[in-house]
Amino acid sequence: MRNFYFIGLFTLLIPCLLSGQSFKVFDNFSELEERIKQTKSTTTLVINFWATWCSPCVKELPYFNELHRKYAGPDVEVVLVSLDMKSRLDKTLIPFLKKNKLKPEVILLSDQDADAWIPLIYEDWEGTIPATVLVHGGQRELFQEQFESYAELETYIFNFLKKIGKPIPVSKGS
Amino acid sequence: MKSPVRMLVLLASAFLLFSSSGDDPSHYVVGDKAADISLKNVDGRTVSFSDYTDAKGFILVFTCNHCPYAQLYEQRIIELHRKYSALGFPVVAINPNDPRIVPEDSFEEMVKRAKTKRYPFAYLFDSNQAVYPLFGANRTPHAYVLDKNLVVRYIGAIDDNAETPAAVNRKYVESAVDALLRGERPEIDFTRAIGCTIKRKRK
Repeated sequence: MRNFYFIGLFTLLIPCLLSGQSFKVFDNFSELEERIKQTKSTTTLVINFWATWCSPCVKELPYFNELHRKYAGPDVEVVLVSLDMKSRLDKTLIPFLKKNKLKPEVILLSDQDADAWIPLIYEDWEGTIPATVLVHGGQRELFQEQFESYAELETYIFNFLKKIGKPIPVSKGS
Repeated sequence: MKSPVRMLVLLASAFLLFSSSGDDPSHYVVGDKAADISLKNVDGRTVSFSDYTDAKGFILVFTCNHCPYAQLYEQRIIELHRKYSALGFPVVAINPNDPRIVPEDSFEEMVKRAKTKRYPFAYLFDSNQAVYPLFGANRTPHAYVLDKNLVVRYIGAIDDNAETPAAVNRKYVESAVDALLRGERPEIDFTRAIGCTIKRKRK
């Protein structure tokens, strides 16, 4: 029980440890669903599923940083959902976040019932990461590979918006 | 708008819908009969399903050395073999990764890991990366349960809690094998799970 309190206290302290970074722990998928619903239907929500142990994921993280820098605002929101292990948070994700200044909001999703929540993100997704989901209003699209470059990520998002007939966001500068 | 063009578009989309809802023919799905395999084991011998003359089926697991998720399940895979090989369902593990991308998953490293962890099951190397695509494996660990005739009866996760074995609610693979041992079809025959992607060089 004492352990439990300790973990609770630790979780509460995390936001303080990571100054300037938005970081939350979601134990239940419903919390992530709520977060997705908070995004306006006119905003493109870019959700990247990753983990510190997933090397292709880590390679493409800078592209999401860049995307956030260029477009974050009313048109685009970027969320990085980490699937790292909660029990090893202080050894893996926290040091990683301290070392790598990730600009987008970071969420640790520790809902273990993956078979239940994976299809709620995207029906055809079987759970391999990296995976990137684009959400715009009721429309969704899934990319199940590693982006090889920032340009590939940006083009992918633009093509999605063109396909669903939405305007391309304007960059805040390069 | 009831033009012939529209009718054609409707027909075409109906056809597309129909054809795309069918099973992906490029890999096995539940109910398909798998071809036998012939892969090198960590003991140097080549192993096929047909070598197991007493088997009532197989627990086939695509797994590897380096992946933290595979490591989380390593002990559980050993226990699966301990429990079920005596009942006729041995574990056959296959490493599908390209060691040019992950040196930790080379054959030599497989031999080392199998020794230090005392794997009681065959740990095979898909050196040509030709077997895992047949099964449609896309991550490690990715488990399959095959019956005596090599018909795929279950595809997916080993259980529903990778991080905390003590908190597992559903042991998918065990339930599937138990069902087959009772002469029944598994109730849950497909699950999704987080895992490491299989490492293959992009063409």
